[in-house]
Amino acid sequence: MRRALPAAVMVAMLAVIPPALAETLPTLRIAQTDDPDALDPTLGRSYAGRVVFASLCDKLFDINEKLDIVPQLATSYTWLDPTTLRIDLRHDVMFHDGTKMDAAAVKYSLDRHRTFPGSARRGEIATIDHVDVVDPYTVKLLLKTPSAPLLATLADRAGMIVSPKAAEAEGRDFALHPVCAGPFKFVERVAQDHITLERFDGYWNANTIHVGRVIFRTIIDNTATIANLRAGAIDIAGAIVPTNVAAVKADPKTRIVTFPALGYLRIEFNVGRGPRGQGPMANVKIRKAFEAAIDRAAINDVVYGGMYTPNAQAISPSSPYYDPGLPPPGRDLARARRLLAESGVKLPVSFTMNVPNSPTSLQTAEVIQSMVAEAGFDMKINAMEFATSLDANTQGDFETYLITWSGRPDPDGNLWSFLHSGPPGAGSATGYANPEMDRLLDDARAELDMPRRVALYRQVVQLAEQDLPIMNIYTPMNIVGLSAKMSGFSPVPDGLIRPQGLVVGK
Amino acid sequence: MRGHFGQRLLQVLPTLLMVSLLVFLLQQLMPGDPALVLSGEEHDPQMIAQIRAELWLDRPLPIQYLHWLGGVLQGNLGFSWHIRQPVVDLVLTKLPVTLQLGCMAFVIAVLIGVPAGILSAVKRNSFWDYLANGVGLAGLSTPNFWLGIMLILLISVDLGWLPPSGYVPLSEDWRMSLATTIMPAFVLGNAIAAVLMRHTRSAMLTALDQDYVRTARAKGLSETVVVLRHALRNALVPVVTLGALELGTLLAGAVLTEQVFSIPGFGKMVVDAVFTRDYPVVQGVVLVTATIYTLLNLVADLLYVLINPRMRGA
Repeated sequence: MRRALPAAVMVAMLAVIPPALAETLPTLRIAQTDDPDALDPTLGRSYAGRVVFASLCDKLFDINEKLDIVPQLATSYTWLDPTTLRIDLRHDVMFHDGTKMDAAAVKYSLDRHRTFPGSARRGEIATIDHVDVVDPYTVKLLLKTPSAPLLATLADRAGMIVSPKAAEAEGRDFALHPVCAGPFKFVERVAQDHITLERFDGYWNANTIHVGRVIFRTIIDNTATIANLRAGAIDIAGAIVPTNVAAVKADPKTRIVTFPALGYLRIEFNVGRGPRGQGPMANVKIRKAFEAAIDRAAINDVVYGGMYTPNAQAISPSSPYYDPGLPPPGRDLARARRLLAESGVKLPVSFTMNVPNSPTSLQTAEVIQSMVAEAGFDMKINAMEFATSLDANTQGDFETYLITWSGRPDPDGNLWSFLHSGPPGAGSATGYANPEMDRLLDDARAELDMPRRVALYRQVVQLAEQDLPIMNIYTPMNIVGLSAKMSGFSPVPDGLIRPQGLVVGK
Repeated sequence: MRGHFGQRLLQVLPTLLMVSLLVFLLQQLMPGDPALVLSGEEHDPQMIAQIRAELWLDRPLPIQYLHWLGGVLQGNLGFSWHIRQPVVDLVLTKLPVTLQLGCMAFVIAVLIGVPAGILSAVKRNSFWDYLANGVGLAGLSTPNFWLGIMLILLISVDLGWLPPSGYVPLSEDWRMSLATTIMPAFVLGNAIAAVLMRHTRSAMLTALDQDYVRTARAKGLSETVVVLRHALRNALVPVVTLGALELGTLLAGAVLTEQVFSIPGFGKMVVDAVFTRDYPVVQGVVLVTATIYTLLNLVADLLYVLINPRMRGA
C-alpha cells in the first residue's frame, strides 16, 4: 500500500508532463554473482559495489582499454613536483541533487575518504597529506611521499566525488541514498535482489548514455545467470565461468565477449611465519622444484577450458608493466626431481594446501596435486570455507594457500602488499622479507618516470620469480555474456561495466 | 484450553532467549574474523582494528551479547555490517517474500500430498498406490536446485512462459508476483508433497484398520464418508504436526531454491550473511525464524485439539 500511493501520484503526473528520457529509453539489466556492500564510495569494499559505482559515481580519472589513465571529472593533471599534484576540473559537472561539482566538493570528498570513520579508502590515499583548493576548478594534492600509483587510485573509488550537501545531511546513512556525479542516480535497493538507477539528465556526458534505467540484479548461481540471459531477463552478465561459455555461444540470442583481466590465481608459500612456516616449503629449492613439476598450460586447459592465460607474474599481460622476458616456465619433471635431490629432503615431501572450497579452486588443486606427486610431493588438500581460509592465512596458519586476487590497474596494487616485508605487523602473509625487494618496491612506488618505473617492476617480478614466495598460475579472462541486441560495450581490463556508449537494441 | 495456550505461550520466551544465546555463541565458534572479511581484499591491519572497534568486536563477549539483546528488547535488531541497512528493514522486506513462497509451496504440497496419500492408502497395492509412491519417491530424491534449473530451462528459456528469476511483490502486481513465484513454489512444494504423501498414507493405513472404521462400514456408511470423515480426520493428527514442522523448515530451508530463482528471501539472506560473517543479520534472521517456528508449533497444537476432541481436556 505504501508503494501504491506514490505510484498513483506518478501516473497522474505522467498524464500531464511529457515523459522524461528515463521513461522512453530502454532499461539495461545487469546480473552480478555477488550482492554489493555499502553503496558509499568511502565505505565500499566489494567488487560488486564497484560495478554499480561505474554507473552511479564518476571519478576524477578513469582507465581505458589500454590501462591508460584518462580524465573523467578532471580535465588534466600536472605533477608540480614529486609530492604536489595539481588537478584541473571540468566546469560543467552537477551532482544528482542539482548542486555543482567544484574544487571544494573534491576537497570535501577526498577529506571524507581520508578521515571518515570506517573509511575503506584511508589506506589507499594515506599518502595525501592535505588537499588545497587553488581556485573553484583547481585542486592541489600535497603528498607525504612521492606516489606513482596515486593516479590509478584516483581512477577508482578513492577518486569518486560525492555531493557534500548530501553527504553532510546523510552522515553514516549516505550508503542508503548515495548522491554522486555519475550518469545515473540512485532510485532504490532491495538487498540481495536488485539496485535500480535512473538516467540523470544533468549528467555532464549525457549524450553517451542511451539507456533510461539500469537495474543490477544479484543472481548467485552461474547456470541460473545463463538461463536468465538466454531467456532475455537480463542484458549483461559479468563473470561467466569458462564451463558455461559454450552454452552462451550456442544461443543466437546471446554472445560472449572475452578480454584479459587484471587479477591472478596464486599459491602463497608460508616461508617463515610461525611453526607452519618452518616446513619443507620454507626452502626455496623445494619451492622451485614444486614450480617445475607444474604445467600451467595443462591446468588452464583442464579446469578453465584453455580460456585463461598462464602467467608467472602478478602483472597482467595487458599491462605495459608486464615483463615479456619472463614467460611462464614450462613443466620440467627432471629438473623438479633434481632440485629435490639437491635439497637433501626425504621423499615424499609432505605438505598441505589450503584451498577455498569453490569447485574450480578445488579442481585446480587436484590437478596440481597429481602433477607434483610425480615429482615426489605428497600434497594434501585442505578445503576450507572462504572466510576461514582467509583467517588462517592472516594468522600464518598455513603451509601453502591457493587464492585469487581480483587485480589492480597499477602494478603497485598487485605486488607491494604481497612482497614487501612492510611495517611491523603488516608485512606480507607469506613472511617473505628481502631488503632488496623492499627497496625495489618502494622505489617503483615513488618513481614518476614511466620507463624507469617499468624497469624497476621488471626487476621486481624477476626477483619474485627467483625467490618464489608466491607462485602465480594464470591471469584470468573477463568473460562477459551479452544479449545479442546489446552494442557499444567497452572491454576495460578491470571488468567493470561502463554504461557510456552502451546501447540496448530492439 | 485457554490455560493450555497461555502456558505454551509463556514457554516461548525462554526458548527464544536460549536460541538467541545459542546463535550468538555458535557464531563465535565459527572460524573467520568478521573484521577481516569486511576489510575487503587488502586486509590493512589498521583498517581491521578500526572495524573491530566500530562494531564492538574488541569488547568481551558477554558485553557484545547484552548490547545486542538490549537492542532487541527495544525492537532494534542492529544494522547489517555488510550493506549497512537496519536488520529490521531487511527482515521486513524479506519475510513477506519467504512467507508468500512458503505458503504457496505449502498449499501445493498439501494439494498434491494429502490426496495422493489417501488414494494410495485406499487403493493399497494397486497401480495407483505404486504410482503415487513412485512419484513421491522421485519428488523426495530430486535435488531442488536441479529441478529448479530444469524448469527454468524448459519453461522460461525454451517455452518462454514464465520469467526465469526475480520477484515482484504481491502488492505491486499480483499476476507478475504469482508468475515469478509459482516455479520456485512448485519446486519447494514438490519435496514436501512427497513427505506429506508418505505420512498421510501410513496414517491412513493405520486408521483404516481400526475398529471404528469397521463399525462405520458396518453401519452402512458410504466408503467416501468412511474414508474422508472417519479415517482421514484421525489420520490427520500426525500429518498436521509434520505440516507445521515442514512449514517452519520452508522459512530457512528454501536456500537453494531461492538462489536458483534469485528470490530475495530469508534463506538467501541468512546464507549470504553467514559467508560474509554479518553477525547481526544472522542473529536477527535466526531469532525471527525461531519465533515463527515456535508459534507454528503452537498453532499445530491448537489444531490437534480441533481435529481430535479427546485432547480438549488436556
